[in-house]
Parts: sequence; structure tokens; C-alpha cells
Amino acid sequence: MNVLFYIAASVAVICTIMVITNLNAVHALLYLIVSLLSLALIFFLLGAPFAAALEVIVYAGAIMVLFVFVVMMLNPESQTIRSRKQLLRPWIWLGPAVPAAILLGELIYVLTAGSGTFSVNAGVGPHALSRTLFGPYVLGVELASILLMAGLVGAYHLARPEARRMPEGDDR
Amino acid sequence: MVQLLWLIPALPLAGFVILALAGSRLPRRLSAVTGVGTMGVSAALTVWIAAGFLQGLPGHPAYSRIVWSWLAVGGLKVGISFYLDALTLTMMLVITGVGFFIHLYAAEYMAEDEGFSRFFAYMNLFVCAMLILVMADNLLLLYLGWEGVGLCSYLLIGFWYTDPANGYAARKAFVVTRVGDTAMAVGLFLLFDQLGTLQIQDLMIRAQGAWTAGSFLPTIAALLLLGGAVGKSAQLPLQTWLPDAMAGPTPVSALIHAATMVTAGVYLIARTHVLFTLAPAVMAVVAIVGAATLVLAGFSALTQKDIKRVLAYSTISQIGYMFLALGVGAWAAAVFHFMIHAFFKALLFLGAGAVIHAMNDEHDMFKMGGLRREMPLTFWTFLIGSASLAALPLVTSGFYSKDLIIWQAFASVQGGIGLWAAALAGAFLTSLYTFRMVFLTFAGPTRTPVTKRPGRAINIAMVVLAVLSLFAGFLEIPNTLGGGVHLFSGFIQNTLPATVLAVSREAYESLFEWISGGTALLGVAIIYVLILRVPDFTSALAGSPTGKLLHRYWFSGWGFDALYDRILVRPYVFLARIDRDDIIDSFFDLISWFGGLAHRVLSITQNGRMRTYAAGLAIGAAVVVGMAVLL
Amino acid sequence: MITIPTVHALLLAGVLFLLGFIGVMVRRNIIFILLGLEIMLNASGLAFIAAGFHWGRPDGQIMFLFILAMAAAEVSVGLALVLQLYHRIHTLDADQANKMRG
Repeated sequence: MNVLFYIAASVAVICTIMVITNLNAVHALLYLIVSLLSLALIFFLLGAPFAAALEVIVYAGAIMVLFVFVVMMLNPESQTIRSRKQLLRPWIWLGPAVPAAILLGELIYVLTAGSGTFSVNAGVGPHALSRTLFGPYVLGVELASILLMAGLVGAYHLARPEARRMPEGDDR
Repeated sequence: MVQLLWLIPALPLAGFVILALAGSRLPRRLSAVTGVGTMGVSAALTVWIAAGFLQGLPGHPAYSRIVWSWLAVGGLKVGISFYLDALTLTMMLVITGVGFFIHLYAAEYMAEDEGFSRFFAYMNLFVCAMLILVMADNLLLLYLGWEGVGLCSYLLIGFWYTDPANGYAARKAFVVTRVGDTAMAVGLFLLFDQLGTLQIQDLMIRAQGAWTAGSFLPTIAALLLLGGAVGKSAQLPLQTWLPDAMAGPTPVSALIHAATMVTAGVYLIARTHVLFTLAPAVMAVVAIVGAATLVLAGFSALTQKDIKRVLAYSTISQIGYMFLALGVGAWAAAVFHFMIHAFFKALLFLGAGAVIHAMNDEHDMFKMGGLRREMPLTFWTFLIGSASLAALPLVTSGFYSKDLIIWQAFASVQGGIGLWAAALAGAFLTSLYTFRMVFLTFAGPTRTPVTKRPGRAINIAMVVLAVLSLFAGFLEIPNTLGGGVHLFSGFIQNTLPATVLAVSREAYESLFEWISGGTALLGVAIIYVLILRVPDFTSALAGSPTGKLLHRYWFSGWGFDALYDRILVRPYVFLARIDRDDIIDSFFDLISWFGGLAHRVLSITQNGRMRTYAAGLAIGAAVVVGMAVLL
Repeated sequence: MITIPTVHALLLAGVLFLLGFIGVMVRRNIIFILLGLEIMLNASGLAFIAAGFHWGRPDGQIMFLFILAMAAAEVSVGLALVLQLYHRIHTLDADQANKMRG
């Protein structure tokens, strides 16, 4: 069982290295998603199933997708993309596929291995978590919601196209 | 009555303040009344105090009055305190009396000048400073007055400041006297350091107790004080400033550069005579300086064209007589000559001023002439003054005062035949140049017409001084002339010791009287012949090669100006040019340069790139965490 | 039951954090800088989870939850700012935004 952790850890590290050394933004994002998935597995192994679920849903599912949208929108370095198109070899998509396959293997193993003695609820389950969350930490929850509201409003305002003319003062 | 002593300098000071602050707004008449009036009241007060003082003698030879505490620092306790004794009283009477008449004269003389109130402001300030100088109870206050008169001299010489030549003359006067002042300051430091006080009477007592005559310390101290005296009194080697100081208005020359300021050196030596008697070597130096100066200045006066320059060199020469007298221990004679000299020299200057005014600012004697008929009163008063200066026998005050010095230069224990010969030669030269001046100006044909006759104020001043020049001498008549009158020396002996005469020489007094009287008359006769009877021969003599060389040499004051220019001025200017960029200041420039360098280095870090800033944050955080962990 | 020394998990968190930090400092593209930030946030979340596992309490996960919420808000605002910046300098090169130099 312990070895699972180390495999997932090495997958995470390798994928992170691939993220930061990549030239193409979209490729880097994909590697990051794989890295996040491996982290989710690690959370699960560390007895935090709820955190694992959240990691996949929110982080890999929402935030990374947001990144992808923005990258697509900005469409930079088309030159790099063009040059990359020429070099589009199989090992470009083999890179993230292999670690993902490893993770998939681990997941299958975790789910099917043992006679159910591997309790998913080993560690802290959602029940205890929510009790603590809305108990002592309820203030933090409210603050987090305010933060998210502020983030929403701010993002909306900042990302608007030039509806109002900003003073062009950067020629000084 | 001594309670009012402080008023005497305070009144001219008040006059200065009023005129300085409000003078330009006052009408001329009021400025004149303020300027002359304060002098008048001061003079009256002085006379009154003198009367009281004379009554108080012999029981009370001196008064001391402290007005205000000035400094009390460490061991030095100095106050604004005045000291009144015979010597001070003599000086005060001359300063306020002659000063008053000169102010009166100036009220008319400067009547058309723009800076009228400024002139009287400066003059009043000068009189205040001079009075403080002579009344000071301690050397620091005396030095205050000393510097004050130096300042006023500068201001008044350069009075007509729009002409840069006047400014240079004023600057020269200030710088040269500064040399002397510095020596005097060092002398004060030495005295305070060794004896612990600057209170003059105290100082003299302590000096006598602590030092033996002829030892090193009193010699040095006296020499330094002599340096100051030489500078202020325009003696060798610091005499170069006085002829150029004639650039100032004539009343200034009369008051400052004839009667009072230049005699401050004489006063200083007389006041600290105890110190000088403790240093016989310095006394000898004083005498030699006096003798040399009087002869050199006499030669120079003989060649001058400007009437005021003749009088300037004459002043230098006469003060040389006073120094000579001080050097041989003839204290009373020196002070007596000072008083008489003040009278006739002021008179001569006032007369010269009247002449210059009448000739429409013409100074050159060779362009004057025949004024005897045009300005009779001026002529007679000027003649009286000249006679006094040349010490014509029996009738003039100058005879009694100058011949006393000439006699005591021989007869005193510290005198001798050499000094006497120098003094006699000087007397001969004096009558030569004096009457040359008189004959050129007043006799002969009229070369320039007279445009302005002197008015009442000028005439009154000149007449009063003429009377004094004639009759003041009778205060001190030698024994050989009918019994002798010793009013003045008796008066002065309350302060200054009597002159000790060498017994072996006393018998020659009568003979020497005749010799000096005869010399003066001989001089007059010779110059009369040379100028008025055989003028062509005289000009041929002057035009000969030797004559020309001598003339040039004497005319420039024996080349002192050129000498000083070569050995002092040029090296200094050379060094100043090297330091043109101010080497000392460049050290401070280094500080600012370094600041600029640091700025340039640090602004490299401000490259606007976010990644650099993030890197800085990271490194800083790593260092701090590392320190927290490791230390 | 997993028996991993907590230190290993924390070490993993440290390594990931460092990698993310390197990514922030080295890359010029703004998107990549933001990605590096996300990696760092994630790594710190992992550290919390590991701590929660060590003590057996839910507080680690709760902290992770808050970190998640904060990361979401930050990403949205950050990307909006990236859009604005792109409008201005027309490139995603962070070094081009150096008007504050000097």
C-alpha cells in the first residue's frame, strides 16, 4: 500500500517538472492537470477523501479549465504554435498519457484490491469534516464566501472589454 | 560725577543708531544736529568730568566703573568696565574736543554729499569705539574698541564706494592693520594664558610679580603688543596703508588718520608701560622703529604732490616721534606730543580740506598757489598749524612738545646720541616739507581760481584749533626757559612714571634747545629759498638723474608697496589660483559623489520587472528563514 | 492502513513548492507564472493535509478547503488582470511590463 504513495508522488513531481519547462501553455496545463490528479490520489491515501474529491472537482475541474479558456482567448505566440505543429510528434501526447495511465492503474488497484478492508473512511470522512467546518470554523466559511463574492465582482469588472476609456497614461 | 562716565561713549553710539536706522529719512539739518550734537554733549560731559577729576587729585588718581558684565567663561571674567585716570582723561578730552570741532567742520564740508547721514553715523560710531578703546579697563574691551575703530576706518575710507579705487584703499588699510591686530590678539592670548587675567591694572601687578625684567615671556608679549601698535599707528613695517587712506573725505583724515585712531598704538604702549619696562629689548625696538619711521616718512613727504599725502606722511613721521619717546621712556613727552599733534594736525587737515573744497576737489599742490590773498583766514590758520608742525621756536606748541622729545631722546638713560641725531634730522625734514607745502599752496601765482569760500562752521573749527596749536604748548615749558612749567608732566605722573634722565647729560639741555630751534628755522629758510627764490634751480636739481631716482624712490614710500606686492601678495594670489577649485571643499564633494554613485547602483535594481522583485522577495525570505532556523 | 512517515509527505510538499517557485521566477510568460503560483498553493495544501493525517483531525482538510476557495478567487481575478494587461502591452511577456523602472 505504501508504494502507491511513492508512485503517485513521483508522477506528481515529474509532471510538475514538465509543467514548468514546457514551451506551450496548453501542454503545460495538461501536465498540471495530471499532476493535480496524482495529488488527489495522494490525498485519498492520506485519509482525506473529501479533499481528494474537491481537488479533482474544483482545482482540476474548474480552475484549470478557466486557465485553458483564458489561454485560448489570448492566443499568444501563434508562431510557437505553428512551429510546434511541425514538430507535433506522438510523444507530445504520450507525455501526459503515460503518467495518467499509471494513475489509472493505481486507482483501479485501490478500488479493487482487498476485501473491502481498505476503508474509504480511514482517516477523516466528510461527516466529521462538515461538523468541524460549520462548528468552530463557520466564520472562516462566511469569510471565504465573501472572498469568492469579491473575486467574482472583481473578475467581472477587470475582465471587461474597454467599455470605459482608461486614461492612456503609459507613454510618459 | 563718575557715574556719568558711561554716557560719554553712549551718546555717540546713540547718534549712530539713530542715524543708521532713520538717517535717510531725516532732513539734513536734523542729521547734522544729531551727529554734531551728540559729540558736543559728550565733549561737555568730558570737560565736566575732567574738572571733577582734577579736583579729586591728588588723593584719587584713578576711578573704575563697571557698567555691565560681558563674559564670564572659565577663568575669564570680562566686563564692560571703564577706567578713568590721567592718561585716559587726556585722550578723552582730545577725542571728544577735537572730534566735536571736526564734526562741526564736516557738517559744512559734507553738506552737498548724498551720504550725509551715513557719514555722521559712521563718524559717531568711530568716536564711540575710540572712546571705548581709551576708557577700557581690560584688554578685551580695548580690543573691541580697537577693532571698532578699524571697522569705521574701513567704512569711512571707502565712503565714496562708487569709485573702486576707494574700496581698494579701504581694503588695504583693513588688511594691513589686520596683520597687526592678529599679533596683538596673540599677545592677549599669551598674557591671559600666563597671567590669568586681562584686567589691565591687575595684569600689570601680576606681570611685575611673575616676570623678571628682560626675560623671554614679557619680551614676547610686549613684542606682540607692539605688532598691534605698529599696525594701527602706521609705523614701519606696516605703514603702507596710511597714505592711501587719504582717499576718504578730509574730515575722516583729520579725525581718524591724524588725531585719534593712529594714536591708538601710542595709547596701548603707554597703557601697558609696565609690561614694556619689563622688556628693555622691546623698548629699544620701539625707539628704533620710531626713529627709522620718522626719518623715512620725512623723506617721502618731501616729494609728494597731493597735499593730503604730504600730511599723511607727516602723520606717520610725527607718530614716529611719539614711538621714539615711548621707546626711551619719555612717557609724559609722548602723551604731550600726542595732544599737541592732534591739535595742529587736525587743523592742517581741515585747512587742506578747505583748500581742496575751494579748488573744486583739486588735490595737486602744483596746481594751487596764491591762496594767501584769496582765503586769508584759511591761510593764517594753516600757517599757524604748519609752524606748530615744524616746531618753530617759542611761539608754537609744537616747539614745546617736539623739542621735549628730541631732548629726551638724548638725555634719557635709554636714549643716546644716535636717536637724537635721527630725531633732529627728522625735525629738519619736517620744516622742509611743511613749508614746501605752505609755499606751494599759498604763495606764488594763482594757478587755479577759487570757486567756493569756506563758511562759518569751517572757520570756527579752524580758529579754535589754531588757538590751541599756539597756546596749548605752554602747559609744559622746559626749565631752561624761565623757570619751567610742568603742569602736564605733573598731571600725567599720576599714571605714568617720570622720565629718568641720565645725570651726565642734563647739563646740555640749553645747548640742545638752541640746536633744535635753529634746525627748524634753518629748514624754513632753505625751503623758502628753494621754492620761492630759485625755483628753476630746484626743478633742475629734481630733474637730474640722481634727483629723479631719489624722487621716485621717496615718492613711492621707499618702495614698501612694491616689496610687499612681491613677497606677500603675489605668492598668496598664486596659491589662491591653485586652490581655485577649492581643494578642501572637494572632500565634501566626495560625499555627494558617493551618494550619487550609491543611487546609480541601487537604481539598477529598480528595473520594473516583476520577476526580479519576486526573486528578491524569495531570497530575502530564504535568508530570514535561514537565520531564524540557524541562529 | 497507510503508514507513511508524515515527513515524506511534507517533503513531497516541499519539493512541489520549490518547483512551483522556480517556475514563477524563471518563466517570462505570465500564464506560466500564474501556473507556478497554483502549483505552490497546491503544495501548501498538501502540507496541510499531511499534517491533518498526522494528527488525525479534520482541521487539515478544512485549511485545504479555504486554500482552495482562495485559489479560486485569486485565479479568477488574476486572469482578469492578465486580460487587462494583455490589452495594454499586447504580449504575455512579463518583462515588457517594466514602466515602473528607475
